[in-house]
Amino acid sequence: MRYMTEFRDKELARGMAQRISSLLNGRYYTIMEVCGTHTMNIFRYGLKEILPANLRLLSGPGCPVCVTPTSYIDQAITLAHVPGVIICTFGDMLKVPGSITGDTANSLERLVLGNVKVVYSTADALSMAEANPDKKVVFLGVGFETTAPTIAASVLEADRKGLGNYFVLCAHKTMPQVMRSLVEDVGARRAVPLQGFICPAHVSTIIGSRPYEFLAGEFGIPCVIAGFEPLDILHGIHLLLGQIVRGEARVEIQYSRVARPEGNPRAQAVIKEVFEPCDAEWRGIGVVPMSGLGLRSRYRRFDAALHFSVPAPKTREPKGCLCGDMLRGVKTPPDCPLFGGTCTPSHPVGPCMVSSEGTCAAWFKYQGENK
Amino acid sequence: MCLGVPMKVVELDPPVGELGGLRCKINLSLLDSVSVGDYVIVHAGYAIERLDEKVARKTLQFMSTLSSPTPDTTGFKP
Ligand code: SF4
Repeated sequence: MRYMTEFRDKELARGMAQRISSLLNGRYYTIMEVCGTHTMNIFRYGLKEILPANLRLLSGPGCPVCVTPTSYIDQAITLAHVPGVIICTFGDMLKVPGSITGDTANSLERLVLGNVKVVYSTADALSMAEANPDKKVVFLGVGFETTAPTIAASVLEADRKGLGNYFVLCAHKTMPQVMRSLVEDVGARRAVPLQGFICPAHVSTIIGSRPYEFLAGEFGIPCVIAGFEPLDILHGIHLLLGQIVRGEARVEIQYSRVARPEGNPRAQAVIKEVFEPCDAEWRGIGVVPMSGLGLRSRYRRFDAALHFSVPAPKTREPKGCLCGDMLRGVKTPPDCPLFGGTCTPSHPVGPCMVSSEGTCAAWFKYQGENK
Repeated sequence: MCLGVPMKVVELDPPVGELGGLRCKINLSLLDSVSVGDYVIVHAGYAIERLDEKVARKTLQFMSTLSSPTPDTTGFKP
């Protein structure tokens, strides 16, 4: 068992899509896959092409790059210009345009040959800090609960080693809180009611299924935690529609080979040790209460924003971009007049076109390909 | 960004994971008692959870019944 190819079987996928179709029985349903990795794989494996047209799949706010506010990018770019600073970041962040205009670069990409380094893991950033004691290494801490423990672990390690030149520019976010804001967004839900959620595979691997229970209990919205492979997604959709059709609302785990109801307690403990919940700004959505993770006072000396006291400039959104509506599950990319014209992956206007997991980028890349 | 890949743990000291012949260093500090031969999901260099082979097989089996004309759903616990 390699845990990959087995879950990508085309014939099985077709059969499962047919089963989904008969479950729908001609009725229309709208569900949301909250996570950008689901969105990307739905397109990559051509699932939209085999799923019935009366099933509407909406992408949600689960692309960390897309929901990172412009002000954060501006802060990172400002920091990259501070002498002696090395910025370490995951590659996804590079292309996101900030709002700084004039002589300075307006995305981190232009600075890559200088002091912006792409890393695969926080471990690389720590090694960079150790190898360069005369420099200050700032890790761009962006991501959800999947990534948060890896960043928290790096802070603990830096603490243990007494590293004084490792910092994190924190913008971590948590999913259940933003999902609450989606269902409580009366205007958005009046425009587009959501009948179920496909919950993220690896966020849920860390946090477990319990943090979503309010969605089923309080709001009557069924949830299924599904894996990222194409058969997982189809199986997840089938389970979700099963609940919807039967009028049930529970949190089910399709990805049970990895995710458990209690999640990963060790990872949760590491997050809890280093971070505490705080209000956070989501690009296109606004400030969502207690949906972010900030460093606890014990670990504040690792906080890049405090150490360098870089001001967070006010966020200015690109004119005409509808990313906010995409992230709130109200619109799809073809609704945006800039889509595919002014705004393309090589010249992105908004963040949903920048990240490969962004809704607009996924639509653009695959819309012709899978026909 | 939340992508994670299934890797086989091939060495423990220091921990190394393998996927399709490629080997790389992994960090196991987020899991307890991992053994050589275990499969884990690796995200940004860290193993975030173990894979359960028995459950994986059950899921696949259920997927094939779901794909066939008469599914047998008895006894399946997702
Ligand atoms: S197509 Fe471009 S401008 Fe329009 S919503 Fe998407 S990212 Fe924003």
